[in-house]
Amino acid sequence: MARLRPADAIRLATGGLRARRVRSALSALGIAIAVAAVVAVLGIARSTQADLLTQLGEQGNLLTVASAESVNGRGVPLPLSAEPMIARIPPVRTVTAVATVENVSVRRSRAIPAVQTGGMNVLAAEPSLPAALSVQPLLGRFLDGTAEHYPVTVLGFEAARILGIGSLAAPTQILLGEHWFTVAGVLAPVAVAPEIDLAALITFGQAGTVFGRTAGPSRIYLRADPDQVAAVAAVLTATTVPDGAGDVQVRRPSDLLVARIAAKGAFVGLFLGLGGVALLIAGVGIANIMVISVLERRGEIGLRRALGARRRHVAAQFLLESTLLATIGGVLGIGLGVLATAVAARLGGNPVAIPPVALAAGLGAALLAGALAGLYPAIRAARLSPVEALRSVG
Amino acid sequence: MTTAVLELSGVGKTYPAPSTVTALDGIDLVIGAGETVAITGASGAGKSTLLSILGTLERPTRGTVRIAGADVSALSDPELSDVRATRLGFVFQQFFLLEHLSVLDNVATGLLYRGVPARARRERAAEALYEVGLADRIGHRAGQLSGGERQRVAIARAIAGRPAVLLADEPTGNLDSATGAEITALLAGLADGDTTVVLITHNADVAAAMRRQVHLSDGRIVRDTGGES
Repeated sequence: MARLRPADAIRLATGGLRARRVRSALSALGIAIAVAAVVAVLGIARSTQADLLTQLGEQGNLLTVASAESVNGRGVPLPLSAEPMIARIPPVRTVTAVATVENVSVRRSRAIPAVQTGGMNVLAAEPSLPAALSVQPLLGRFLDGTAEHYPVTVLGFEAARILGIGSLAAPTQILLGEHWFTVAGVLAPVAVAPEIDLAALITFGQAGTVFGRTAGPSRIYLRADPDQVAAVAAVLTATTVPDGAGDVQVRRPSDLLVARIAAKGAFVGLFLGLGGVALLIAGVGIANIMVISVLERRGEIGLRRALGARRRHVAAQFLLESTLLATIGGVLGIGLGVLATAVAARLGGNPVAIPPVALAAGLGAALLAGALAGLYPAIRAARLSPVEALRSVG
Repeated sequence: MTTAVLELSGVGKTYPAPSTVTALDGIDLVIGAGETVAITGASGAGKSTLLSILGTLERPTRGTVRIAGADVSALSDPELSDVRATRLGFVFQQFFLLEHLSVLDNVATGLLYRGVPARARRERAAEALYEVGLADRIGHRAGQLSGGERQRVAIARAIAGRPAVLLADEPTGNLDSATGAEITALLAGLADGDTTVVLITHNADVAAAMRRQVHLSDGRIVRDTGGES
């Protein structure tokens, strides 16, 4: 009874690859590069998205209420009663308000023209802002009670960058309009509220005493119970302007994050497609060398048939060889892909997040490519008549 | 009279179009256990076809072939593989050694398709190498051997499974005459161990070393010095 032990079949396949080292290595390299591309694309995408996804999870219950702009582009303030009214909606957990202080420039010194705003503006904010927006000061601290009485400001992340303030080790002052304010802190970036990033924040008290801004807030941020977000959003307009006088915009800033993630997803799809094409090419490469290998090894095939190998033993040998080749390439490619992801994440300052599905997909795709590539050569080898195979060798 | 291990009756082989050559025509041949047979004849006389049919590598178009009493014409392709794995051993002019394997592993390959575990294969291979006088070459690569040594390895591979029949296709064709004589003597000696040896040769000295000579011409047996049938 002719039979081939599984362990012997694997030994045959490894032996076949070892006998043609350079060729095997080059073919495996093709698969490795393709798999590395797939793993790196998935890994890098996941790493950059991990940040956004975390924020999305944290920010999904954030809502904003802003005054609609009037025809002249000026913001119409919200009623002063709006914030306490919103705070009374039961599922609302935290609420904070900001008010735009119009026509006040943010500068480092008087040497800079006031018209050069750099896109920055002055916002009056409440001490509850860091809690409501889940943001921490990168440097220094946020506005507290005493800041109501002193010219103190906290800068948004981008504003600090534009003004060139990287450290608060030495007392730092900036010019808001014509008044000097001491920088007490710098906030971390707030992805869901980019307007904060570009602002110099002062207290409502200072906004009133220094700039005469006493009208209601221009924007209110609130957090609701995560499962009540839609219900809260539905009543926000009526709560803010109960008499229906004036128009307000209710937004859910996390929609912005969803859009950003979707945009990145589109690129991931594109690059994955390219990775798939690379894998296809590598698979064709393996098929090619396996066909050549079958032609070169007709004598060996004939000998094995003479020694009692069945057709399927011969087919199994070549199929295993190509699958093994692709598996080696796949494992190598996963290593390269993980390395590329780690390097990219390090450079981009993101956490390294490699989805397990990327590893499984990379290896699975390599296995599939190897098996498909080996199928035709294996069938050819098995169909070879032993007599012709033996005679073909001089 | 010994028992017949190979029996051919009315065997013919005609290759299909486009060649439509009749390589064998009405071969009746009985070979007993332990015989040594040389098949001779001019090129194209049908020697190789006859050996392939004896080795179940090819099926005849007419007639019946019995190996150890069993009619092989009724067997499927996998069953023929089984017959080759268990009953037949092959030696070729081109040796067909696997260059990347050691001498020992080349010989052990002879038992690969019997499902013999690796350790037992190697033990048996070492014995076979001792029998052909190559015990000192066990660890060498096949590529490091001389032609005569290579053919000895091939013979060891063929006899490692103790086949009933050893079929050799021009075993000395690629060797010089002195080395060829050694190989011939080795093959002739195998019959003492009850192995039937059938070889094809052009060489009269090799043929003379076998106890029986069968001469083919145009696909027919024209002379048979043995003939227990």
